[in-house]
Amino acid sequence: MQSSQTPPRANLAGWLCVSPLVAVLVPFFVAPILVVLAASFFATDGFGGLTPGFTLSNYIEVLHSALTLKLYLATIKFTVLTWIFTLIIGFFVAYFLVFHVRNQLLAIGLFLLCTVPFWTSNIIRMISWIPLLGKEGLINQALLATGAIHQPLEVLLFSDLAVVIAYVHQLTIFMIVPIFNSMARIDKKLIEAAIDAGASRFDIMRLIVVPMSKSGIALGTIFVVSIVMGDFFVVKVMSGGGSASVVSAFYEDVGVLQYPTAAASAVLLTLVLVAVVSLILRTVDIRQEITR
Amino acid sequence: MLDRDKGNSTSDPAGTEAKLTDKSTKKLSRRTLLKGAAAVAGAAAGSDAIRGFPTIWAQEIKDIELRHVGVSYSVVKAIGDQAAKDLGFKVTMQNLDTSAAINRFISQPNTVDIADLEGWQAKLAAKRGVIQGIEVKKIKEFDNILPIFTKGEIDGHKIPRQGISPYEAMYIAKPDAQDLHDGVTEWATFLPQVYNADSIGYRPDLVGHDVTEWKDLIDPKFKGKAAILDVPAIGIMDAALCFESAGLIKYGNKGNMTKEEIDFTCNKLIELKKDGQFRATWTTFDQSVQLMAAGEVIIQSMWSPAVAAVRVKEIPCVYAPVNVKNGKEGYRGWCNGMGLMKHLSGKKLEAAYEYLNWYLSGWQGGFVARYGYYSPVPSTAKKFLTPAEWAFWYEGQPAPEVINDPYGVPMEKSGTKRDGGSFLDRVKNISCWNTLMDEAAYMNKRWNDFKVA
Repeated sequence: MQSSQTPPRANLAGWLCVSPLVAVLVPFFVAPILVVLAASFFATDGFGGLTPGFTLSNYIEVLHSALTLKLYLATIKFTVLTWIFTLIIGFFVAYFLVFHVRNQLLAIGLFLLCTVPFWTSNIIRMISWIPLLGKEGLINQALLATGAIHQPLEVLLFSDLAVVIAYVHQLTIFMIVPIFNSMARIDKKLIEAAIDAGASRFDIMRLIVVPMSKSGIALGTIFVVSIVMGDFFVVKVMSGGGSASVVSAFYEDVGVLQYPTAAASAVLLTLVLVAVVSLILRTVDIRQEITR
Repeated sequence: MLDRDKGNSTSDPAGTEAKLTDKSTKKLSRRTLLKGAAAVAGAAAGSDAIRGFPTIWAQEIKDIELRHVGVSYSVVKAIGDQAAKDLGFKVTMQNLDTSAAINRFISQPNTVDIADLEGWQAKLAAKRGVIQGIEVKKIKEFDNILPIFTKGEIDGHKIPRQGISPYEAMYIAKPDAQDLHDGVTEWATFLPQVYNADSIGYRPDLVGHDVTEWKDLIDPKFKGKAAILDVPAIGIMDAALCFESAGLIKYGNKGNMTKEEIDFTCNKLIELKKDGQFRATWTTFDQSVQLMAAGEVIIQSMWSPAVAAVRVKEIPCVYAPVNVKNGKEGYRGWCNGMGLMKHLSGKKLEAAYEYLNWYLSGWQGGFVARYGYYSPVPSTAKKFLTPAEWAFWYEGQPAPEVINDPYGVPMEKSGTKRDGGSFLDRVKNISCWNTLMDEAAYMNKRWNDFKVA
């Protein structure tokens, strides 16, 4: 592996640097993905038995099914809604922390405060919405008591709304952190110069802050999109089983031992995600932005 | 657990001794503990309360560990702890949901010693060759197991075979056979240990009339206040019971539908969902309790102990007696048993047989009875129940005194009658069993259509 141009020692150091990552990624990511890929081409006897071989029938079945389209539409709907809300909230929280809190110590303190909800598990944070949003939950009780409504609002829980609320609550931090990070690098003098040159607050936002936070927005988007598209538990619990996602559908396939179709769906989802992520990376050159 | 179980000590001399021994050995070394365990086992054997006393010596079994893996309502830690105490080797209970469990048995059979299997899972496990046949001769209580399981009948009543009945999944011809055998043999796929008949739970105060038919679950009157079980293989059977009850369709075999029947059932479910019939669907015991207790639904397919759990919160809830009438209705039965994994051999296999024998020796039967489930050997379970408990849980009589749950918490007032009546009334009205259909893959796809609609 050593080329004659690079000094051996530097080369060795480079390999040592990546080896922990390789040691984790190869057995725990690459190998399982390859197994799933292989399984997606196998045939099954319907009782969990796999017949090694090469068939495209699993893919044909998945791609020909109207169900696949419906599942992707449902998943994309949740992804887009979650993305919009986490982006808006995340962006403005980061903006406030960077540009409005003058005291840096306070800014860091407030930033840490944003992470407090993440000291408990995802599942607990999600489930704790249920007593709040339910038919006899706090919100409905309060609204009934004030006379604003006469029937409890059913749309609050076991609905798409509930799913999006839970996702936004869980994932906004993934927007705040990278956007905060890229905003913090913006030179304050730039803003002052813009003000001196007569730019409005909106112009500053449009022409300076947003373009210079692009890398943070892109990173946050990658986190949010890949987590929502790869999740099924939030959909299952918060929709009260009333909705499904791509992953929940192939989890059910695994439940009845239909491994090859589940594997084909998983490979398809991976490809879709890779496409989405590369699209994001094409729009924003994260590497360049970070080393800026 | 035993400490809270005071009401029971009169009929449980071995248990009382176990309790004393347990207290004195607390915080002592492992060696002393094992001696204590052996003493308990001896005492138990002496009192004849536990028939399956260890025949292998404590020295040889002390390093043995049995891993019993399965669903939480069947593989219960308190039962494993008691077994370990009585038998002198280590028992570890591990819980997974139904689909995760069967996936583990098939893909990592060596990480499991005793598999918790439903009838249909036993069929699958045999097919995949991950279990070994249980030698019926080595099961001391085998002849006392109710004929529901061993012969497919009870009290002159043939047990229906819609779905995969425990009897149907019970036998294989040879210890390593991969296909089920129709008829009694010397080799069992699994040893039944706990079972029940599922139906509907409802709020009597809000529903307004007695529910005895499945069709009430899909009655438009309860729009937005009904829920159904979201485990495709059995949820679809609950739906089928509803549609059959409403006279919409007559199934050839609810437990093994044709594609056309699956289409009809799922399309009808989608229609109901679009009309807003279902407030939610549920997958776990706790979810069903929460839905009912939080006022989200007033009628849903439900399990007997879940109904009891709602009632403990002082919310009225009834378990609908859906006795078979006019060839419709009936309970959906299920049964979990224990399978021996193929890799077991030597001392460990002997220990596993001890464990199976212990299970049928009564303590476990008494334990599960207190949350409404049944033992395949009621004659031994009876020894571990007070006469009041026996009268309430098995005979369907009004409770002579307050009935406690397995952990000693009062759950039923004196005078209450168990919904659905006596044991025989319930099991004779089972009309179908939990299953895995031949068209499972197609059914699953159509169920996902329902979910995403």
